[in-house]
Amino acid sequence: MSKLFDLSNKRIDILKEIANIGAGNAATSLSQLLNKKIEMKVPNVYVASFNDVMDLAGGAETEVTAVYIRIQEDITGSMFFILPIPQAKKYAKALMNDYVLQDASTMKEMECSVLQELGNILIGSYLSVLSNMTNLMVNPSVPAIQCDMFGAIISHALIELSLESDEALVIDAVIKEEGHQDSELIRGHIFFLPDSQSYKKIFDILEV
Amino acid sequence: MGHFENVVKVGISEMNVVKAPWKIRTTGLGSCVGLVIYDDVNKLAGLAHIMLPDSSLSNKEPLNCAKYADTAVTELIRLLKNYGGNIMFFKAKIAGGAEMFPHRPSSKIMRIGPRNVEAVKQHLLSSNIPIVSEDVGGKNGRTIEFDTNSFILTIRTVNLGVKQI
Repeated sequence: MSKLFDLSNKRIDILKEIANIGAGNAATSLSQLLNKKIEMKVPNVYVASFNDVMDLAGGAETEVTAVYIRIQEDITGSMFFILPIPQAKKYAKALMNDYVLQDASTMKEMECSVLQELGNILIGSYLSVLSNMTNLMVNPSVPAIQCDMFGAIISHALIELSLESDEALVIDAVIKEEGHQDSELIRGHIFFLPDSQSYKKIFDILEV
Repeated sequence: MGHFENVVKVGISEMNVVKAPWKIRTTGLGSCVGLVIYDDVNKLAGLAHIMLPDSSLSNKEPLNCAKYADTAVTELIRLLKNYGGNIMFFKAKIAGGAEMFPHRPSSKIMRIGPRNVEAVKQHLLSSNIPIVSEDVGGKNGRTIEFDTNSFILTIRTVNLGVKQI
């Protein structure tokens, strides 16, 4: 493990706790929007090589819908809400009150903007927790949406990190509909990849 | 792409060299550039999955050569020569360098895809290696595979199908 990531168990626990409450907040928002029970797993916090990050969420070639928000101010980093495409379409349809979609094969403009807003709400719920717990300013960018290979999407954040490191600190929270068998086919991921200066700030503030 | 095919996989910010009949591939190129330099006489090929245009952007030692356009070109040439390649026969094919989130500029990595492409081209030019074909830019991800028998680069995308160059 490189020096850049000086992570004691206590520090990992703190980040897990932030992710737990943050993603819990996001899961509640999703549950209210969809009127469905959404469950969340205990978030994972780890330092991973870029290649291991590319292999998350089903692998580099897995087709996903991604809402990306870059955060700035006191805490800087990248946030992604990642959904498998069929699941994204299902949520979009539910949110549009079953508005009939003409073409099932491509993501339509309307679907995109609904999902973009969904990602915005979920990431916003998460970020408000992050900001409240740390008393640090978090300024999210306008959300961007993209349907493509997971690797091509997540590498955008890795490039940002690659100026300083060959590893990433990944805070990964999985949310999914309750009662469904757990698999990457239905899992939603909220990934938070903070820049290295940011988690140092978080640790300083929380004195761990 | 099962286990039975002779394919060597190259990860992000990595490089490798193969001889015929092996194929070489890398997955999930976004703003990164996949650079193939091949020798069609000695039938070998090297592939690098490049993340950044210039090694001067790094403030970290030791340097990972495959990560930057300038060092990747130099190192790939060196490796191919080690494998018995002759620089007189070297040719290149490149793919990637998309802008996955074109309207979300961030401080340090603005237009990183096109900048990666420009840097790779410039270093190939100064090494006198001709670019035979390319599939660069746009805003889509790519998975690429190079065949050391046919010297064809196959590019798979999610939204634009499969293409061979």
